[in-house]
Formats: sequence, C-alpha cells, structure tokens
Amino acid sequence: MADEKQSKPENTEARGLFKKVKEGVKPFQDKLNQDLEALKKPEKTQLWKSILRVKHDETPRSRSLGVLTNVFLHLHPARINRDAVRYNYTWGMGGITFYLFVVLTLTGVLLMFYYHPSKIVAFRDILYLEHDVPFGKLLRNMHRWGAHLMIITVWLHMMRVFLTGSYKKPREFNWSVGVILLVLTMLLSFTGYLLPDDQLGFWAVTVGTNMARASPMLGHEGPFGPQMGMTAYNDVRFALLGGSIVDSNALLRAYIWHCIGIPIITATFMIVHFWRVRKDGGISGPAPMMLEKEMKF
Amino acid sequence: MDWHQLWVIISTPDNVPIVGLVFLVPFYIWYGLRQGFANDRLIAQLEADPEMAKTHHRKTQPYKSGWAKELHVWPFLLRMEFLAALVVTVILMVWSITLNAPLEEPANPSLTMNPAKAPWYFLGLQEMLVYFDPWMAGVILPTLIVVGLMAIPYLDTNPLGCGYYTFKQRKYAILTFLFGFVGLWVAMVIIGTFIRGPGWMWFWPGQTWDHNRLIFETNRDLHELVGITGAWGQGIFGALTVGLYFAVAGWVVHKLFTLTEFNRKIYARMTLLQYLTLQMLLTTMMLLPAKILLRLVFRIKYVWVTPWFNI
Repeated sequence: MADEKQSKPENTEARGLFKKVKEGVKPFQDKLNQDLEALKKPEKTQLWKSILRVKHDETPRSRSLGVLTNVFLHLHPARINRDAVRYNYTWGMGGITFYLFVVLTLTGVLLMFYYHPSKIVAFRDILYLEHDVPFGKLLRNMHRWGAHLMIITVWLHMMRVFLTGSYKKPREFNWSVGVILLVLTMLLSFTGYLLPDDQLGFWAVTVGTNMARASPMLGHEGPFGPQMGMTAYNDVRFALLGGSIVDSNALLRAYIWHCIGIPIITATFMIVHFWRVRKDGGISGPAPMMLEKEMKF
Repeated sequence: MDWHQLWVIISTPDNVPIVGLVFLVPFYIWYGLRQGFANDRLIAQLEADPEMAKTHHRKTQPYKSGWAKELHVWPFLLRMEFLAALVVTVILMVWSITLNAPLEEPANPSLTMNPAKAPWYFLGLQEMLVYFDPWMAGVILPTLIVVGLMAIPYLDTNPLGCGYYTFKQRKYAILTFLFGFVGLWVAMVIIGTFIRGPGWMWFWPGQTWDHNRLIFETNRDLHELVGITGAWGQGIFGALTVGLYFAVAGWVVHKLFTLTEFNRKIYARMTLLQYLTLQMLLTTMMLLPAKILLRLVFRIKYVWVTPWFNI
C-alpha cells in the first residue's frame, strides 16, 4: 500500500510527462501518417512528378504523353496502326535486330575490359576469359551467338520488307539506308572474327581479304592493278590489313574498326533509319489493299 | 553413309546458325506468302464485286466498324516489344549456355586450314570463286549486289502491293527476289557450309571428307573448244561471246518481263534509264547460274580470256 501511495504521485507525474511527449510528438506523427498515406500514391510525389512529368492514368492524353515525353520511347509515335501490333506483319525482325545490337554493345564493352588487341596476348586473353573470368565464357558465347543471330534477323527483316512492298513510295530512301546497314552488320561481324586470333579467325580473314588484292585497279592481282602501279605493299589489301599479311597491324585495325569505327558509322545510319521510318509515315502497314483498276497511269 | 562426318559438320559451333537458317528462311517465306495468298483471295473477291470494294476495309485482319484504326503505343505496342526482348534474351541465354563459341589453336600462318572458310555469311562469295575469278566473285559481284539492292525501290515502278503481303500483284518482283536471295545467296551459303570439304571439293552430305581425294577434272576455256589460238583472236572471240550472252539474256529477260498484260503496263511506266539499269542488273545476276551451268555441264572455265582479266 505504501508503495502505491508513494508511487502514485510519481505515476501522475510520469503520466503527465507521457502526455506531454505524446502531444509534442503528435504533429510529427500526423506528418508521418501523411507521408505514409502519400506513399500509397507515389505518382503524386514531387520526386515522381519531376522524373516522369506526366500522369499515370488511362486517359488517351496521358498514354500519349507517356510515350512522347520519354526520351527512350519517343522514337515511337503516340498511336499506331492497330493491325501492325500483331506479330504476323512485321515479325518484329527490325526491332529484334536493334535489340541484338544493344545486347552486343553491352557484352562487347564488357569483353573489352578483358582483351588486349595485341598479337602477344590476344589469344591468351580469350583463354583467360573462358577459364578464369566469372561468367566470361557466357559473355563471349552471348556476343558470338548474338552476332550470328543479328545477321539472320537482318536478312529476315530485309525479306519481310521486300515481301510487303514496304520499300515503295515514300520509303525508297530508307530501304537504301537499310541495305547499307545490312552491309555494316556483316562487316561488324567479320571484323570481330579475327579478334580471338585463332586459326579459325586468321584463315577466315585471310580468305576474305585475299579477295581485296583482286580488286580491279586497286589490287595488285586484279585487272589493270599492275598497270596502276599496285604492289602487295601499296594496294587496297595493304590498307585494310596495315601490312602485306594478316599480322599484328591487322589485329589492331580489325579491333578498332570493330569496337569504334563501324559501330559509330552503324549507329549514325541507324539514327537516320529510325528517323525516316517515322518521317515516311510510320510503319508501312498492314495497309488497305489497292486494286489493279485503281492504278493511275 | 558417314553419319559421324555429317554430325561433325552440323554440330560445328559456327555452323549451327546455318542449321537454323535452313529452317528459318523457308518458314518465314511460307509465313509471308501464306498471308500473301490470303490477301490475293480477298483481292479477287473485291475485283469481282465493285460494291464490296467500295465499303470493305480491305484487309484480312479482323475488323468491326466501330473499332478505332489506331491503338496506343503504350501499352499495346510496348508490351509486345517487351515480350519480344524477353523471348530473344531467353533464346540467346539458352543458346549461350548450351553451346560454346569456337576457339581453335592460336593463329599459325604456316599451318593452312583445309578447308579454309570465310565466315558463313560470306560463304556465298567464296562459293562464287569456283565459277569466277576473285575480282568478279569478291569485288565486282558483291558491289553489284549492294548497288542492285539499293536500287530496287527506284526500279520497281509497280505501285501495287505497298504495305501488305501479296503474290498476285507482284509476281515478277517476288519471284526475282526469292530467286536471288534464296537460290543464289542462301543456297550458296548452305553449299559452302555443308557441302564443300577439303580443297573446296564437293562432298555430298554423309560423304567422308577425304583429305587425299583427287578429282581429275580438265576444265577448258571456250575458245579452246572452237580452236582459236592467237591472243587477239581469243580476246575478240571472248568479247563477242560475252556480248552475245548479254544480248540473249537481255532478250529473255525482256520476254519474261513483258509476258503478261499487267507487266506490260508496268513496263510502260518505266523510263529508259530505269529499264536499262534493271536489264543490266538482272542479266549480270544471271551470269552466275549461266556460269554454273557451263562449268557443270560443259566443264568450261573461262569464256573470255584476255591478258588482263578472264571471265
């Protein structure tokens, strides 16, 4: 009992303190509750709005702005032919090709960390990559098979564009840009072939570049080459290889073309290609069919 | 039948993409032409029934009158793109986990690989080396392929079939393209990959690659058959022969090109420059099958021999 009596004033004192603290904390608590409430709708926060800038709802306006105000998505129009969304018209081959280019760029940059374009260590770097670097083998495999896949998808993309007559007016120029991209894709793959510095790459590139010495006028074994003063040391093959045989200079040149030169050129042509897809009226179809009797002469 | 040899060729890592190509190219040709034939049936219906042509939406895709012509890219296209990226990533991952990229011995200039093959996508050019000298197979013809492809939109004056699959409205264009792409490019890649063995000799699938195999083949030049010996005579004879080829091939191409009533209309739309460029490209393209035929049937190597170049 005595304890009770003694503790009672203390208790009220403690209660008073508790109340005080509680009242003092209350505004913070309210703010916290407000913050927690706000977290349920993250799209209302300043952070969210500053990054995305548009409302995320299902109104046509927001859906359009969501695409148009995004730097990565703005290559797309806001709206698209409803039948073009299906797989059967485009086969998605152009987009897949671009996606593979991105994959190849990422894996390629990672591979560059482990590779020296020098005759002494290039082959050993590949061995190191395959046996010691974590996931190195997977990285190299993805780069190799991605490159092969990209060539196949480029070919199929070209076939699709031909079969749908998509190169016709007003898209003539973009078809020509596409042909250049086709050639660049194969050159990208070809220059990469030499880089492991193994027998396969060496002889493939030897066979490939030997054709250059038969160039008319510009190769020392081609028609009218000798008459133009071409020798093995000044013709077009020499320019490609940086020498008269496939050796360390050829390795360095292949490396620079593969990692810097051709990717920049390809990226430039891709910018033009995608820009023109939009400017020429978007994807070509599926368009309403035209009848023979509607042709104008 | 050497199954082991066949398996070695097919399972060589760098040949696996071509195994894929063997299935992918026919599949997508079928997939595209099937839609073309479906469209052609609808075109025939519309042509027979002008009333229907006035009101029809002119597609084989499903259609209801209330439907909007366009969809929002977000989400309808972007979700497809996301799915495609996922599928491609999975395919690439599985492929990369199950099959290792090839790595042979270190490069050794004194140890020639036999056969020494270019990367598979250039094997069409390497296969052409059998029939043409390197300056033709490796330089002139590839240049013409690229220039010819780039010129297609400016040479095809047929306004029909823009933006939809069709066969009937573009028979000549589609058959020519498929002949060039499948018959002269993909087929040559496949021959170069699976058929050509040591010494670039022809080995049927399942035939053992015999490194000691010899083929006693005496190829002749055309002028030897006729019996012309002088260099001047050979040069002039060859020039005449090649000229004759282009005249005959040009005539055949012209006959084919103006075979139907519709095609004559298309021909009338072309300028002289367009038509001559088309003639030049098509007759040059047909040089390859002509040369293959001459080699395989008559064992002829060159038709035109000069001190500077041979064709």
